[in-house]
Amino acid sequence: MDCSHVFDFKVNRLIAAFTLFLALFTVVPSVLAQTDSVGAGVAHEAVAADAAHGAEAGHAEGNFDPTAVIMEHIADSHVWHVAGHFSFPLPVILYTPQGFEFFSSGHFHHGEADYKGAHNTYRLVESTKDQSVGQNFFNKKIKVVTPDGQIDEAATASIMDFSITKNVAAMFLTVVILLLVFSAVASAYKKRQGKSPKGLQSFLEPIIVFVRDDIAKPNIGHDYGRFMPFLLTVFFFILINNLLGLVPIFPGGANVTGNIATTFILALFTLVIVNVNGNKSYWSHIFAPDVPKWMYVIMIPVEVIGVLSRPFALMVRLFANITAGHIIVLSLISLIFIFKSLAIAPVSVAFVIFMDVLELLVAFLQAFIFTLLSALFIGMAVEEHH
Amino acid sequence: MELVTPSIGLVFWTLIAFLFLLLLLRKLAWKPIMGAIHDREQYIDEALNKAELAKKEMARLTAQNEDLMLQARAERDVILKEAKALKDGILNEAKAQAQAEGDKMLEKAKIEIANQKKAALAEMKAQVSTLSIEIAERVLRGQLQDKAKQQELVAGLLKDVELN
Repeated sequence: MDCSHVFDFKVNRLIAAFTLFLALFTVVPSVLAQTDSVGAGVAHEAVAADAAHGAEAGHAEGNFDPTAVIMEHIADSHVWHVAGHFSFPLPVILYTPQGFEFFSSGHFHHGEADYKGAHNTYRLVESTKDQSVGQNFFNKKIKVVTPDGQIDEAATASIMDFSITKNVAAMFLTVVILLLVFSAVASAYKKRQGKSPKGLQSFLEPIIVFVRDDIAKPNIGHDYGRFMPFLLTVFFFILINNLLGLVPIFPGGANVTGNIATTFILALFTLVIVNVNGNKSYWSHIFAPDVPKWMYVIMIPVEVIGVLSRPFALMVRLFANITAGHIIVLSLISLIFIFKSLAIAPVSVAFVIFMDVLELLVAFLQAFIFTLLSALFIGMAVEEHH
Repeated sequence: MELVTPSIGLVFWTLIAFLFLLLLLRKLAWKPIMGAIHDREQYIDEALNKAELAKKEMARLTAQNEDLMLQARAERDVILKEAKALKDGILNEAKAQAQAEGDKMLEKAKIEIANQKKAALAEMKAQVSTLSIEIAERVLRGQLQDKAKQQELVAGLLKDVELN
């Protein structure tokens, strides 16, 4: 655990250093940018497809905006970009005060057309106030449009977007993968009862046993069995999402665990499980700590903040680590387009490979840390006595 | 700022998806997998324990065998010793008995011989006395055929008496 913290810190520092380095380029892109068209010889790195798309979007204004490209990738989207100009439209589900709206995001034609639904007319627009940033489509918000073509902010505020976005779809894919893999493994256990594990079963069993023996048992104690389903699910959910996020081509590439909403829910689960299972000594530690009575004024708020800050740290740690990894990889790829030179490509690709390998480690590490800290907090809540 | 603002849609779907995944995996996967791993571990532990016990039992049996062997050897020695003592005893007794028997027979023989000797001597004496008497009778008869000679004898006898 100590080691992982050290490594966590190092990775963060590395990420910060890289981000600073790359920020230099994003601040002065116009100085370095030339008006040549962007090279097409970068197809060997699939992430470049995203970048190229963004570059083309930027090309209309004569320069390449890496921030837009990167943020577009990091953020969620109503379509799932596959390659070039081909992308899957995803279902849009809107809650409006008049009722639900279901339609395909394909109706927006990449933000160029409004869609007239049952209750309102909708338009995909850039979420930022500055409409002039670019025409990139991916992180646009659905807004209500009045009949005369103006955006109706009041009506927009009243609708809620429950669309199956790129991240939701990627998450469903993870859910399906996990269900298929683990039900297969479970049936292998049933079939080969009492025998040694084989194939996928023998690949996953050490990880399951690792979660049990090195995460759950030492942190929770004898009552670890109750929490194993949550710990295992959260571990494999984060791990598979992290790994799929690293895959630059179609079914992967979504930044699911790098989205604050996902990590928020995962941390919320930890928060709920910890506090639902908190025993007498856990609550008395919060509301009747072993200090003089007059200190309660300070201690109780501190303890209550402590209860909330632990899952908050879980949420931010996972989100920041994964997002930072994606930003670095995309920034390195963007270098090629910023310099508008193929000569920089080998350097970029070398750095990207290095970062990808590092991210592979981080994918495991963050799944491990999230599970470990969840187990630790659960252990603190169910501990018998101090 | 948009980056750190969770969108309601993703929050909702993550909640649904994760809850669904958690419940389904708990039922479909984690329970059977953890159960199977636990059972197998217990089985292995049990098997190892049993092997350990068997080893101990084996060692115990070996030790017991050795003990038995030693005991048997000691018993054999004792028996042999006893047998030897018995044999010696019997031999000695037999010897002593034989000796005694021999002695007794010798004694008997001696007594017999002595008796026979006595008897022979007695018979010889009797014969000798008979013979002597016969001789004396014949001599007397011969001598007593005439008066003179009788007289002489009586005189001779009387002379002997006188001397006394």
